Amino acid sequence: MRVNFTVNGRPQQADDVWEGESLLYVLRERLGLPGSKNACEQGECGSCTVRLDGVPVCSCLVAAGQAEGSEIVTVEGLAEYARQRACGTGGCDTSAECGTSGDEARRWSAHGTDSATGEGTELAPIQQAFIDAGAVQCGFCTPGLLVAADEMLERNPNPTDADIREALSGNLCRCTGYEKIMDAVRLAAARQGEGA
Amino acid sequence: MVHTSANGAPTRITQGAPTQGGIGESTLRPDGTLKVTGEFAYASDMWHEDMLWGQILRSTVAHAEIVSIDTSEALATPGVYAVLTYDDLPTEVRTYGLEIQDTPVLAHGRVRHHGEPVAVVAADHPETARRAAARIKVEYRDLPVITDEASATAPDAVLLHENRTDPHAAHVPHPNIVHRQPIIRGDVEQARGRADVIVEGEYVFGMQDQAFLGPESGLAVPAEDGGVDLYIATQWLHADLRQIAPVLGLPEDKIRMTLSGVGGAFGGREDLSMQIHACLLALRTGKPVKMVYNRFESFFGHVHRHPAKLYYEHGATHDGKLTHVKARIVLDGGAYASSSPAVVGNAASLGVGPYIVDDVDIEAVALYTNNPPCGAMRGFGAVQACFAYEAQMDKLAGRLGMDPVEFRRLNAMSQGSLMPTGQVVDSPAPVAELLRRVKAMPLPPEQQWLVAGEDADLRQLPGGLSNTTHGEGVVRGIGYAVGIKNVGFSEGFDDYSTARVRLEAVGGEPVATVHTAMAEVGQGGVTVHAQIARTELGVAQVTIRPADTQVGSAGSTSASRQTYVTGGAVKHACELVREQVLDRGRRMFGAHHPAWATAELLLEGGKVVTDGGEVLADLVDVLGDEAVEIEQEWRHRPTEPFDLRTGQGVGHVQYSFAAHRAVVEVDTDLGLVKVIELACAQDVGKALNPLSVTGQIQGGTTQGLGVAVMEEIIVDPKTAKVRNPSFTDYLIPTILDTPTIPVDVLELADDHAPYGLRGVGEAPTLSSTPAVLAAIRNATGLELNRTPVRPEHLTGA
Repeated sequence: MRVNFTVNGRPQQADDVWEGESLLYVLRERLGLPGSKNACEQGECGSCTVRLDGVPVCSCLVAAGQAEGSEIVTVEGLAEYARQRACGTGGCDTSAECGTSGDEARRWSAHGTDSATGEGTELAPIQQAFIDAGAVQCGFCTPGLLVAADEMLERNPNPTDADIREALSGNLCRCTGYEKIMDAVRLAAARQGEGA
Repeated sequence: MVHTSANGAPTRITQGAPTQGGIGESTLRPDGTLKVTGEFAYASDMWHEDMLWGQILRSTVAHAEIVSIDTSEALATPGVYAVLTYDDLPTEVRTYGLEIQDTPVLAHGRVRHHGEPVAVVAADHPETARRAAARIKVEYRDLPVITDEASATAPDAVLLHENRTDPHAAHVPHPNIVHRQPIIRGDVEQARGRADVIVEGEYVFGMQDQAFLGPESGLAVPAEDGGVDLYIATQWLHADLRQIAPVLGLPEDKIRMTLSGVGGAFGGREDLSMQIHACLLALRTGKPVKMVYNRFESFFGHVHRHPAKLYYEHGATHDGKLTHVKARIVLDGGAYASSSPAVVGNAASLGVGPYIVDDVDIEAVALYTNNPPCGAMRGFGAVQACFAYEAQMDKLAGRLGMDPVEFRRLNAMSQGSLMPTGQVVDSPAPVAELLRRVKAMPLPPEQQWLVAGEDADLRQLPGGLSNTTHGEGVVRGIGYAVGIKNVGFSEGFDDYSTARVRLEAVGGEPVATVHTAMAEVGQGGVTVHAQIARTELGVAQVTIRPADTQVGSAGSTSASRQTYVTGGAVKHACELVREQVLDRGRRMFGAHHPAWATAELLLEGGKVVTDGGEVLADLVDVLGDEAVEIEQEWRHRPTEPFDLRTGQGVGHVQYSFAAHRAVVEVDTDLGLVKVIELACAQDVGKALNPLSVTGQIQGGTTQGLGVAVMEEIIVDPKTAKVRNPSFTDYLIPTILDTPTIPVDVLELADDHAPYGLRGVGEAPTLSSTPAVLAAIRNATGLELNRTPVRPEHLTGA
């Protein structure tokens, strides 16, 4: 079947979709957006969290067909989504790259200045806060947590620690013990408060 | 100036003033931006034009003969390109293993555990591959299952592995015992006579899963030269290569492995998972093959932490001095050896804990059973022992009427103490100080669920939003524990690493490039390598090359060893590069300034300077158009095997220590536990990156919390089948289950280690679990001899 929806502000069309395919599979394998992660594919870990018409969902539990006509935001579009929210404007044009090829992976190299300066990459406040607070280790839970935390801060700009824990309780992290994630969300909230 | 120890290994920095972004600073991860934007390429994100999907068919029973396998229906499924069984393996080498080559690539005539790989399928869609795999007909004839020590060592027990030829076969008391390691020191029988108080205990440690979030995955791409390129998430590229090559029948240089993004590891990626299967399918079909386990399969796709039964006897005098420890530790290794022998060595040699005890009699064994194979997980044998010996220490303190912390401090080892193996602990061992510090931290307020306001905040109570209590029946408890972990590979293993460092001028700026095969699994090794290069070469720009097999082995990302060993290799290679650069500078510019010949020279801020601070040259001018590049192996101090009869020997490279204080609140009516705070004090020698060090300690602490109150793989004792292979039924701590984790980092340098550092990752996983158990015992007065604790253990229901 064919599925049409809007991903990160851009109309997308996926062809030859098998009826059993999840939204997560279509994003990752057909649209070249592997940022949403596949840690459990059972709706338990939150690593695949995306916004579906504004609501955070586990994209592994959404059949691709159910997303027909929807607006989807993934971690790849989070920075632009946050920028437009800050600007209060609508409509955006974030382009989707194709998937990570083996060749690209071979050429990948980390640069010492990437994170320190964020050169060339626009980040959402929550993304920058995760880097600054040391909330990223292996990073596999990070995309889902970012989408969930960003949505919480949108609803609740001044969360208590208990609010943060409740909002993020559907997102498993195995590396950090969550302390630096708490730090990151507090930091993003504080920066948001200063900027307002 | 390079300070060098007796064996030629450089030890300390003397590169003048601290370099910005160098060691000791909390510099940020070089992969951080990619990881927060979703661009970081994990193994499961790999994609290739025309790629196929691989799928493994796994056994549905734990122990059976395979009567027949019929693949015809699977092969006839449209979209299927290949179905392979044991008979399709290309060479006579059809097994692999980290220490003992006993694990079949695909089952041959018999399966030994639930979920063992039997066949593999390649198809053009993952669902097609799954359905085709389900159409393979395997006829099993059940064999009796061996599930514990009694059934494994019964006189008529079926042997898991017949005709063993491995190095341990000759000394084990039964062929279903993988390895046995005694540690005998002094005379326990005589020491028992001096004891005023003796306590005994039998402890059970449940099977824990690493539960890394990034599932096992990889992409194998057939190459034109008949070889294969493999993009893979692993902990040790070169150990994988050594096991893969003979099965494929290819020389190692035709298998080019590149580390792709690794979504956590914690020991679970030390053994091979789908590496060989993906390569076999790629070479058979001539197409790239991607394999990604789902969570269900991941629970079968890697080894777990050994469940254990531990029998301990401790004695002490009235004044609180330990007289002796006698222990027997039985680890269930499951169907294949994995790293069981090394886990046995750790459990035995660290089985007393960080205490001074002159008379010791310990025996540790690992069994072969039909349970899931067990091997490496963070803490590696030391975790199970720590759970038991710390329970014993509390029990003894209770019998003596002593404060549990004071009792531990009274018996704590320190620098110069003897291990029960006879090894002298020759670097700081601040056990008593760590306990003092963790006890001195302020306690969280009583009835903290009321702090926010007048009404109870349910989220702060046991049971949480299930609204099971508003404080009624809730009792607080506090518990302490401390542990000892070895750092690095032990028992005589040649535990080296390799680094290639290049220094060159690029666009008028000096740039260092560091290339190692170190598996970055999240721990932040890439951050630290860049910091070391900045410190040692005085440059700002450092590029970290992707890890692959085009450079020498880095050894495993395990045993808390990478910052020590590969960090040591990077430091060493940088020092050699620096010397070469300075030599070149002396040749080029020596005539212009006498300081080139007479002064101590340093690289700082992209310049060659004297130790007096005088600038002699720009690094760019010294380098010119010609890069300096050096690849060099580096080794820590050698160790030796433990004597097979007495366990004596200098078996470990370095020891690390952490202590915890747990504060819990228990709903004693319902048996629900909430851990309120889990404070940790740890000595790290030197924190190369304090932010990452804290993150490691908090993460390790949380994994210890998990196995204290929730995490356990349940294996049916009748069938040896796994009953909870999902995140619905195998619970790991969420952010709601995890308390605040204040961390106190102590930095007492180990003069034998680079920068004085001490491996960090594992020690906090040891003492976390027994501290939580001690706190629950403190709250409830129950004995609690098993972990994880479940509600029924607390209510007696």
